[in-house]
Amino acid sequence: MKVLIPSSLRSYTEKSEAQASGATLAAVLTNLDRQYPGIRFRMIDEQDRIRRHIRIFVNGEQVRDLSQPLTATDEVVIVQALSGG
Amino acid sequence: MARNIRKPAVRKQESTDRAKRAARKRRVLVLVATRKGAWLYHGDAARKTWRVDGPHFLGHVISHLVLDPRDGRTLLAAAKTGHLGPTVFRSTDLGRSWKEAARPPAFAKAPDGQPGRAVDHTFWLTPAPAAEPGVWYAGTSPQGLFRSEDGGVTWEPFSSINDDPQYRKWMGTVQDGTPDGPKLHSIIVDPRDPAHLYFAMSGGGVHESVDGGRTFEPILKGLEVVEGFDKTEPTFHDPHCIRLCPSNPDRLYQQNHCGIYRLDRPSDAWVRIGKNMPKRVGDIGFPMVVHPRDADTVWVFPMDGTSVWPRTSPEGMPAAYATRNGGKTWQRLDAGLPGSQAWWTVKRQAMTADALDPVGLYFGTTSGELWMSRDEGRQWACIERHLPEIYAVEAAELT
Repeated sequence: MKVLIPSSLRSYTEKSEAQASGATLAAVLTNLDRQYPGIRFRMIDEQDRIRRHIRIFVNGEQVRDLSQPLTATDEVVIVQALSGG
Repeated sequence: MARNIRKPAVRKQESTDRAKRAARKRRVLVLVATRKGAWLYHGDAARKTWRVDGPHFLGHVISHLVLDPRDGRTLLAAAKTGHLGPTVFRSTDLGRSWKEAARPPAFAKAPDGQPGRAVDHTFWLTPAPAAEPGVWYAGTSPQGLFRSEDGGVTWEPFSSINDDPQYRKWMGTVQDGTPDGPKLHSIIVDPRDPAHLYFAMSGGGVHESVDGGRTFEPILKGLEVVEGFDKTEPTFHDPHCIRLCPSNPDRLYQQNHCGIYRLDRPSDAWVRIGKNMPKRVGDIGFPMVVHPRDADTVWVFPMDGTSVWPRTSPEGMPAAYATRNGGKTWQRLDAGLPGSQAWWTVKRQAMTADALDPVGLYFGTTSGELWMSRDEGRQWACIERHLPEIYAVEAAELT
């Protein structure tokens, strides 16, 4: 599926859009990390929580649960939320 | 058989010439970590002109940037950004290229249903002595202790303290720590014995291990705490910076939230030497710098710790203070520094010394200025202005 990458993470992907697969959001992020090592830990902490200033949307809806099921046609958008100056 | 028939005076002159040639080759590299990136300053042999290399990681919060003294070319940078989680970057060519750690410091996953801790940022990096090549220690916010055995590529939680119920109690909560998060810092490895370790926590006190980190014990005797709190309770102790003297590893100095102290082992009682500072300046501050060859000489950089804790230079007049007798007396060192209306200060990792003779001193300010002295603090000069807020300054030597 298509995953849109924010500018702060393009040092990993070198592009604004990546392809990843998985039956859940967690699996998609794991797949993304396999392609771009290190990218997951910058978004998800060691307790599997989405970091404070990261937001993830699936088909326009914000998702907070990594176990959210996904299908191949879904679109995942990773966003950097406001974090101050 | 060939014999050395040169006269002793000739041999001595040759030895002196060799030392002078070696000294001419020595170059200082100043590593500056800031709230918005990192900069490297390459000095000439006289430490008069500086070539700037940077920014590296523009926009990243760099808490610490350290050169591995064991190989003279590996750099580790503790990084995060406003949005992204923490990591460690590594360079093996003095910053020409960087690669991210494969496994940055991270706490163990908590059992299901229990709230686990997450590293917000790696705050402190310490290379082990030469006897342990490739070994590094890291201190984090919130307080955690980590170790790498492969030069900083992968990191593991170290010792039991990260999850020990007693230590967790002493660490307190995020609200008990410094404004941008409670920190584990001042990780010190005894150069004579890699199993002898110290670290400090803000808050949480000073701790020592003599068994390679399997167990730690607090060392609090003699230390003050904020009035009304229990001195015997580690959680109320706020050490700002601890340094061990390279020329006498049995001596440590500490800049604390409540004064300046010296500890001479095997005693476990800190002595408050800051009481000898001028009363109008006080003995509150963050950095502590030890002389590379003289255990009686240290430098501090006092700040205003009165009333609401402005954390600025006292009266807007910044100055370093030095003692050359282990803290009996202190000398103000402000030549070249602004004489008024300078309201910056120096953070705990942002002041350091090189090992040349005379010793060079370096500090970075909260207002983004980098200052240095070629003569142990007698005269100061500004190397750079207009950097972001400086978090850490390290001086390394290149040959």
